[in-house]
Amino acid sequence: MDEAKRLVELIPRLRRYARALVGERASADDLVQDTLERAWTKLHLYRRGTDLRAWLFTVMHNVHVNRVRATRPVDPLEDEMPELAQRGTQADGLLVRDLDRAIARLPADQRSVLLLVTLEEMSYEEVARTLGIPIGTVMSRLSRAREKLRAMMLGQTPPSTKLKLVK
Amino acid sequence: MSEPISEADLQAYADGHLPEERRKAVDAWLASRPEESERIAAYRRLASEVRAAYNTMLSEPVPSRLTRVASAGLRWRRVAVVAGWIVLGILIGAPAGWYSRPERLVTQVVPADPSMIARRAAVAHATYSPEVRHPVEVGAEDEQHLVTWLSKRLGVKVRAPKLDDAGMSLVGGRLLPGENGPVALFMYQSQNGRRLTLYVRTEVPRNRETAFRYARENNVGVFYWIDREVGYALASADLTKDELLRLANLVYKQLESS
Repeated sequence: MDEAKRLVELIPRLRRYARALVGERASADDLVQDTLERAWTKLHLYRRGTDLRAWLFTVMHNVHVNRVRATRPVDPLEDEMPELAQRGTQADGLLVRDLDRAIARLPADQRSVLLLVTLEEMSYEEVARTLGIPIGTVMSRLSRAREKLRAMMLGQTPPSTKLKLVK
Repeated sequence: MSEPISEADLQAYADGHLPEERRKAVDAWLASRPEESERIAAYRRLASEVRAAYNTMLSEPVPSRLTRVASAGLRWRRVAVVAGWIVLGILIGAPAGWYSRPERLVTQVVPADPSMIARRAAVAHATYSPEVRHPVEVGAEDEQHLVTWLSKRLGVKVRAPKLDDAGMSLVGGRLLPGENGPVALFMYQSQNGRRLTLYVRTEVPRNRETAFRYARENNVGVFYWIDREVGYALASADLTKDELLRLANLVYKQLESS
């Protein structure tokens, strides 16, 4: 089957993952757009017969990592920024907002592992390949991410929340 | 007796990735450990909540800006098949360049921005763009006065670019306080009420870059650049990145030729 068409079919899944990863719709679609643009220019590097989905998620992962690095947002603007008048885009329910908040508090590398396993239902080998990390690392990140998420959703503090300097 | 149950086994159990035999072993192991059993059950519940929360994205229509990128890709592939490899080399350059050029222009590498112009512009946008009665101090009907006044206060010649051809008409402007002196803010609005603000301030002489940069502060997208001694930031919460980039290009061209 033609990869180009497959790629288009995968857009909704890219959007789902991006939405959970960055926690907000417009930025998620910006990420998907950058990913698609990059994927088109790199499609000749994709090897036929290998897993296109894993390849595409790898592209997205790299784009995301670069964007995060590039816009390293100092600290969130929330305290300084006036609330924008909401324009009826409250499509996201309460649970989603709670999850968004909890997921956003996971360390970035644990977040991608958790979401690929949970949303994409990838096998651990696929996750390892997609993110370019050893499978043991996948397992330990997954385990830590789940425990933190569980603690947060129960309203407790996760076991080790030490503030850490991010480079 | 098989191998002891590891944490990895438990994770795989929660994900349903274990082979039958191993799964049974974990079942037996969990049967006598209520706390572990509850923990794994919680992981499963969370997983299905996460899926439920985000699966709505799968059935949503894909925004047109994404399908546009995708169909552009399809188009060049079709051309490529017809044109053959040599021509392909030339053709890829055109459409791929068309879509990737803004990205290159919008330098992805944004080092810590000491001037914080993007943030200030986003805050100003978020503050004034929802205003219904007093969005500006001086309206577009007094444009000449507005521009003269702001130029005088900033100490450089400023003017409000004309964006009517792009569907954005000038609402007016106002003066804002900035870290290094007064700042000018122009506001534009489309027919259907979408708003755009242009934040203009003088820069310390060492900042002389002109590359476009993009930042997103909460829901406000900002393109910003510095042209000689003046810093500009074009912000909107209502426009997509592409639309904003197009306008930023227009503003840049007009102000450069002034």
